[in-house]
Amino acid sequence: MNMATLARDASAQRQGREGGEAAATSETVEVAFKNFQFYYGKYHALKNINLEIYKRRVTAFIGPSGCGKSTLLRTLNRMYDLYPEQRAEGELLFNGQNMIASNVDLNDLRARVGMVFQKPTPFPMSIYDNIAFGVKLHERLSKSELDDRVEWALQKAALWGEVKDKLGQSGMSLSGGQQQRLCIARGIAVKPHVLLLDEPTSALDPISTLRIEELVHDLKKDFTIVIVTHNMQQAARVSDFTAYMYLGELIEFGVTETLFVNPKRRETEDYITGRFG
Amino acid sequence: MNLSQKRKLVNKFALTLSLAAMSFGLFWLIWILFTTLQLGVSGLSLDLFTKMTPPPGAAEGGLANAIAGSFILVGLATLIGTPIGILAGVFLAEYGAGSWLAGATRFINDILLSAPSIVIGLFIYAFYVSQVGNFSGISGVVALALIVVPVVVRTTENMLLLVPNSLREAAFALGAQQYQVITQVTLQASKSGIITGILLAVARIAGETAPLLFTALSNQFWSTDLNKPMANLPVTIFKFAMSPFTDWQELAWAGVFLITIGVLALNIIARTLFKNEIQR
Repeated sequence: MNMATLARDASAQRQGREGGEAAATSETVEVAFKNFQFYYGKYHALKNINLEIYKRRVTAFIGPSGCGKSTLLRTLNRMYDLYPEQRAEGELLFNGQNMIASNVDLNDLRARVGMVFQKPTPFPMSIYDNIAFGVKLHERLSKSELDDRVEWALQKAALWGEVKDKLGQSGMSLSGGQQQRLCIARGIAVKPHVLLLDEPTSALDPISTLRIEELVHDLKKDFTIVIVTHNMQQAARVSDFTAYMYLGELIEFGVTETLFVNPKRRETEDYITGRFG
Repeated sequence: MNLSQKRKLVNKFALTLSLAAMSFGLFWLIWILFTTLQLGVSGLSLDLFTKMTPPPGAAEGGLANAIAGSFILVGLATLIGTPIGILAGVFLAEYGAGSWLAGATRFINDILLSAPSIVIGLFIYAFYVSQVGNFSGISGVVALALIVVPVVVRTTENMLLLVPNSLREAAFALGAQQYQVITQVTLQASKSGIITGILLAVARIAGETAPLLFTALSNQFWSTDLNKPMANLPVTIFKFAMSPFTDWQELAWAGVFLITIGVLALNIIARTLFKNEIQR
């Protein structure tokens, strides 16, 4: 079964519910890129990106290596601020506020945008403290409130059952898949609006991957999710909207089913049918 | 002879050479340890830890004042040198990174790291001891601290650089400030490596003689006054071993034995700590 048939099946199942392409217009915008440019020193890495990311939907960024999909994801929480030679121009709008502006409180932005990385990054502390770390940065909670929050986040990340008896153990003692779910729990414990996933399953085995994908599906009820993935099947499985990028440009954006079944651009079709990339 | 046989022969030749080199090194090391053990153990007794350094020919005596003095000098030097070293190492790895100031600091630190310790002793002698007019414990502490600093700076920086950058990014992504990232994440992640560095620095200064000759000198009596000359193991060993008196020579060997065992223990602790870190 090839990609197109897979996507068509999924599409057929969801057509009735979401009405295909038309759904796009009825969505609420969470984040919008307008004439957005990004530079690594002199290298122009993202060229004139115009893109809307919808609230409580999963948006996937796909494209060949080096196309700028991770770069674009990392602008959403201004990760690039850590590196002086990287800079952005244009507009990145959250509720009408341009987040690229220099007067934006970065910690505020990062409280609103959580992020999970390619490799699991548990901190060298207990499972409990891993979750509490982010919460304590932004809120003053009593011990019992903090306990509740930790449990809530672990429940949401479908990890509670596995770790509830060993919250004091080091986060590094968990398996790779558990560590990644711990990182997701850590991200959502801060109660962000947006959750960024940068190839979250590329270092995991198929079973753990499946669990993360199911989790993404559950989490979109509460969070806006943006996922970067190398795996087109994964994009087709988990996302509502897909953006195809190539050489720093946004080639095509649309409802996932439409993009996979009926791409408007020749470049998109070449990529998803596996002619290159 | 075909190519494969030739290569096997070359391989054997190289292996023989490296084995020979290794046994040459080990031979002297084991001889040194053996002599220390042989001559040192006979001098071990309770008196060693309770009696003061004796005048020549006295019936009994020990190294109590030298042992205590060494503990004070090494302890204070570590207390002073470690925080400075850790802070500077944090600057180099986290804040300064690519700046010219970090580059210059790193360069100077490397020079200090390889500077002969006698130079540091002379420096303190010229700028403090000769001004004040007498040898003192505190000048010895400063000289030893100056040896601790570059060692701790280097290990702290190296250990922090081993922390994957994604861990820093993950903490920043949660909205942490840089000092929170450093104190709660990166320093925690490199904790045992840094402690290892501190222990190795302690081991290094425990046996240093040259810087103490110009600073703390020695003291025949019990003294904890930092403004007076202070007894310590290395200088006492130096003095006693060079003397013609057999009882002094015996005490010197006992002191050598104590330092060797102490340094060996510190090295073993450091290695175990670091090994546990790697496994975790």
